[in-house]
Amino acid sequence: MAFDKMELKDIEVWDGNFAAAQALRQCQIDVVAAYPITPSTPIVEGYAKFLSDNYIEGEFVMVESEHAAMSGCIGAAAAGGRVATATSSQGFALMVETLYQASGMRLPIVLNVVNRALASPLNVNGDHSDMYLGRDSGWIQIDAYCPQDAYDLNFIAFKVSEDHDIRLPAMVHQDGFMTSHTAQGVHTLSDDVAYNFVGNYKPMNDMLDFEHPVTHGVQTEEDWHFEHKARQHNDLMTKVLPKIQEAFDDFEKLSGRKYNIVEEYDTKDADVCVVCLGSSVETAREVALEMRAKGIKAGVVGIRVIRPFPFEQVRDALKDIKSIAALDRSSPNGAAGMLFNEIAGALFNTDTKALLSGYVYGLGGRDLTKAHLVDLFKELQANVDAGKVTTPLQQFIGVRGPKLSYL
Amino acid sequence: MSEMKKIKNLKEFSTSADRFEGANLLCPGCAHSIIVREVLNATNDDLVLSASTGCLEVCTAVYPYTSWDASWIHIGFENGSTAVAGAEAMYKALKTKGRLKQPDRNPKFVSFAGDGASYDIGFQWISGCMERGHNMMHIVLDNEVYANTGGQRSSSTPIGASATTSPAGRISYGEKRNKKDMVSIMASHHIPYSAQVSPNKWKDMVKKIQHGFAVDGPVFINAASPCTTEWKFDPKDTMTIADLATDSLVFPLYEIIDGRELNITYRPKNIVPVEDYLAAQGRFKHLFKDQYKYLIKEWQERIDDNWAYLQRREEAKV
Repeated sequence: MAFDKMELKDIEVWDGNFAAAQALRQCQIDVVAAYPITPSTPIVEGYAKFLSDNYIEGEFVMVESEHAAMSGCIGAAAAGGRVATATSSQGFALMVETLYQASGMRLPIVLNVVNRALASPLNVNGDHSDMYLGRDSGWIQIDAYCPQDAYDLNFIAFKVSEDHDIRLPAMVHQDGFMTSHTAQGVHTLSDDVAYNFVGNYKPMNDMLDFEHPVTHGVQTEEDWHFEHKARQHNDLMTKVLPKIQEAFDDFEKLSGRKYNIVEEYDTKDADVCVVCLGSSVETAREVALEMRAKGIKAGVVGIRVIRPFPFEQVRDALKDIKSIAALDRSSPNGAAGMLFNEIAGALFNTDTKALLSGYVYGLGGRDLTKAHLVDLFKELQANVDAGKVTTPLQQFIGVRGPKLSYL
Repeated sequence: MSEMKKIKNLKEFSTSADRFEGANLLCPGCAHSIIVREVLNATNDDLVLSASTGCLEVCTAVYPYTSWDASWIHIGFENGSTAVAGAEAMYKALKTKGRLKQPDRNPKFVSFAGDGASYDIGFQWISGCMERGHNMMHIVLDNEVYANTGGQRSSSTPIGASATTSPAGRISYGEKRNKKDMVSIMASHHIPYSAQVSPNKWKDMVKKIQHGFAVDGPVFINAASPCTTEWKFDPKDTMTIADLATDSLVFPLYEIIDGRELNITYRPKNIVPVEDYLAAQGRFKHLFKDQYKYLIKEWQERIDDNWAYLQRREEAKV
């Protein structure tokens, strides 16, 4: 039975979850193995409903845990077809073992991660703890800032992940509730245009090709393990970003929407700059424009691709900035924040004179307000005026009680 | 449905096309390889196989070698069943979409796992696979111990066995708990077929595997796998131990249809005392000290009781 196509308006009002679900429908996923968790559940519910209404052909396997969800996705991907799922927070944490297995087995799978805090204490709201937990797992991690991005970046993720030069799984991140449950206008692609962009799935080492039996998930010890891991790292370091850029370029030709590995807003002449992820990028942009009206030359950098980390692009974007703030929405629990460290690593060994300070914010869904960012930009300007960092290197924004700062 | 493979005798069976190579790293005398060969030789159909982390897995797919001339996957310790379930879902999806490369085949989906990976760490995953109705077979290579990690007790380890985490000692007779009744638990999912098999009874094994391949839906098989290393017997005696297991009724052979109808498939002509089964294995050696001899009596009573229970169920067709 052939499936039905869906007529979409040029602009639909979708939240991030439904935008991602629509993208999965248009990519015609063969197998989704999933387990529900707030706030990502509507993505797989959307897929299930599309299946029930004959808008898609495939198999929806509603398993008994997130670990089983990714296990089923790995089996399905090794069998040879297009696979996706979604999760958040604790579900993501439960999946972690299988995330490493999926990437080590070089299986293209797209995982929509609707970012949410990690317990304890239990919390359903958005922060980046789960996203940060995945950063050494060998997956590609792409970050959506709004529902439009959540829609578009799924197409990018499939195109890059399934490429035979890449064959690595990819996560598309969006912020829990702030993006996943906030409806906005989303420019759509027609079903045919969207599907043609990602193309037919091209199997490789597929278990269902019985003329070519294949062994997946072997044992290697000190004799071969390092070589396998090194090759995977090599492909992440050298092949993935050019492939993502190529996909971004193709997508721009198709849709008119331009994405960049590192998104720069008003950085060219900026003295001060905020670097952040997720929905905070849009808030920071708005405040940066207001700061410019007040005479502070403010810019914003959003990291679009978190893994592989775009060292060169980050260095180029930030090397001429005078004072930079790295905003981390995950408790570093005893260290500097991830972005602080990565940016420091990217700028070290260059002749930059940039000052770098770190801020931890928004844990468990705590709002990052415009007022917070106004104060932050003023602190960065004070650093510029003083020619040195005038604050502690790590500060907490928006936490109640006495001001917390370290380093 | 594909045609069932006809096997006339053991010679023909042992020399039929072999998709599990003899070149593997399993211990001499390991029953795992015998069981796997018997299962694979029961069909000519294509296979999609998995192994959960364990002896079978670490001994048959050490890069750059493989013992498997069939599609095979290993992910982790607990999720081999779900790997096959995912592959089976992909098969169904591609069949619906007309994208199978060889659409005329009738592949069989089989996950192999040890008792640790089935009774314990993979329990939830297997339950999920059985409950969801995947067209797949899960086979436990039941050697009643975590053999791959060096002999720790599992929930399949029987009472009185000495394992490294329940060692017999001056004041302990070893494992204190009875073996979990996994076949009953899986049959309670009301799957179309569940059965217990043993490699020494190869005709019974083939019949059950072929029945399992013929039914539509999930199948659970518990296979006795005498472990020369952890049960502590001479590698040449694997089949002798298996004979003692089935003929003492410590390991009775039966099947359960749809979770509701139990049939005993092997009735030993001469029932062997349980004591003989225990005496043949080093893991039970300490039970023969005076202080623990009461346990051998309890063993026999428990086995008699279980055999009576199985016969009652068979008679009542429940």
